[in-house]
Amino acid sequence: MGDEVRVPIVYDTDIVAARSEGRRMALELGFSRTDATLLATAISEVARNILIHAREGIITISSSLNDEIAEIVVVATDEGPGIQDVEMALRDGYSSSGGLGLGLPGVRRLMDEFRINSEDGKGTEVSMTMWRRQ
Amino acid sequence: MMGEAMARDTSKEAVTPPPAAGMGDAALLKELVAHLRDNRTELREEWARRISDADLLTAMTPDEIFSEATAVYDNYVDALETGSVEALQAYARDLSERIIPRGVETHEVLGIVLLLRDVLARSLFEKYRADPDLLNRILDAYEPAANRIAVTVGVSFVQERERVIRQQQEAIRELSTPVLQVRERLLILPIIGVLDAQRARQLTEQLLQAIRANRAKVVVIDITGVPDIDSAVANHMVQLVKASRLMGASVIITGLSSDIARTLVTLGVDLTSMRTVGDLQGGIEEAERQLGYALPALEDLDDELD
Amino acid sequence: MPVPILKQGDFLIATVQSALSDREVLQFQDDLAERVGSFRSRGVILDVTALDMMDSFVSRAFRSMALMAKLKGAETVIVGIQPEVAFALVQLGLTLEGVNTALDLEEGLAFLRSLTRRRTDGR
Repeated sequence: MGDEVRVPIVYDTDIVAARSEGRRMALELGFSRTDATLLATAISEVARNILIHAREGIITISSSLNDEIAEIVVVATDEGPGIQDVEMALRDGYSSSGGLGLGLPGVRRLMDEFRINSEDGKGTEVSMTMWRRQ
Repeated sequence: MMGEAMARDTSKEAVTPPPAAGMGDAALLKELVAHLRDNRTELREEWARRISDADLLTAMTPDEIFSEATAVYDNYVDALETGSVEALQAYARDLSERIIPRGVETHEVLGIVLLLRDVLARSLFEKYRADPDLLNRILDAYEPAANRIAVTVGVSFVQERERVIRQQQEAIRELSTPVLQVRERLLILPIIGVLDAQRARQLTEQLLQAIRANRAKVVVIDITGVPDIDSAVANHMVQLVKASRLMGASVIITGLSSDIARTLVTLGVDLTSMRTVGDLQGGIEEAERQLGYALPALEDLDDELD
Repeated sequence: MPVPILKQGDFLIATVQSALSDREVLQFQDDLAERVGSFRSRGVILDVTALDMMDSFVSRAFRSMALMAKLKGAETVIVGIQPEVAFALVQLGLTLEGVNTALDLEEGLAFLRSLTRRRTDGR
């Protein structure tokens, strides 16, 4: 069983659409309301990063259920300027543009798994996973 | 004799030829099932005797063992006959549910099923020893079926046990984080035991829900029963306090020993968001004072307006 | 959809009714600042009961709205943050420092009234 939704992020309303999709899929998969909220918040954050730093990109949300293990994977990709120092961006308190920052340390705390691939000048891919808790 | 008469009374049985060289597995199984039914009383007694000789099921009385043994025996023979373990599986689950609270262990359940397998095999051996060829074919038919039954019973027991353990863990978790309403708008949360990340999360979620459900304004968290606090636990506490505040409830921590307080200061944990009071009684008194609408931001506001 | 802002005596009550886009948040911010000034409000209630999540953008915006209102003489209280939302905000590291919070509209009103009462008593 699985489901996949691709949401292009071009306008600010796309952020709302992406996080609503994420919440809907999480609840359908039996995630708790708290986890669905954490997921929606994480999606909102990475979607806004796309808009602010790369102007446009795509968020893919996929859900899967195998052998009682249910998970949701969110992949956010853009072809923006990329992150020069990923390690630095993941440090608490780091900020990149006038106090807004990427907020990545916070997003990482919302999810179970969190990875970034970024190439300077070529774009960024954030991949994050949340599992359904017993 | 009754058993024999009943077993032979079926029409199918009537057309079955006596065991012979050309007999198929199905006919062999039928033959051995009839034997096990005919000798039900003594085989069952033999089995119960060997169970007590082996010091198995010591938590149960001889009467209980005998009555369960009878049911298992009949289910066992039925399973041999039909080739379906479903009924036996259901019985095994039910039995497990009854005996697990009595402290019956996995090795005992496996032990008694294997004993029954041996008792029956031995009886088949006695009956067919004169014809080694037939004996071999009888055992060839018996052994896979018997092993499948043993596995079924063992697995059913283990699954049931795991289910019970999960249930108990859940119950313990719930018990260990009770949110109590002592009076209107005031909740008390005594934390007892080790606070790991998972439990801290559960506790926070539970408390936040309780704040809304009880329209709580003040929460007293008593940590007298928490043996040790490291920086991770302290940070969970800080998050608990901050999340409660977002919902409009203030938190008072009580039972913070001076040792722990010193540790927290050494660790550099930011405790400024926490209001601490020595003991639970003092905490409740402080909470009651706060419920009279004490407003910490008021002084600043007055200064501004004047 | 714009956020309705109702005037009730000395107070303004703004009720967020559904998820807001960034642009709507900024619009709301401007609207509220304008109303606080024109009505010379003493208190603002920001009711977020209907929000099923608050991300960093909206929580920073609400916080600056509260601080701006304070500069104009109005105390703001955010009411109705849901348990899941509070949990997520804290995980994200956003705790609305320096902003008043209350359980719901009723509590928020009681809070603002007690401020006004204390103020008149003091004079």
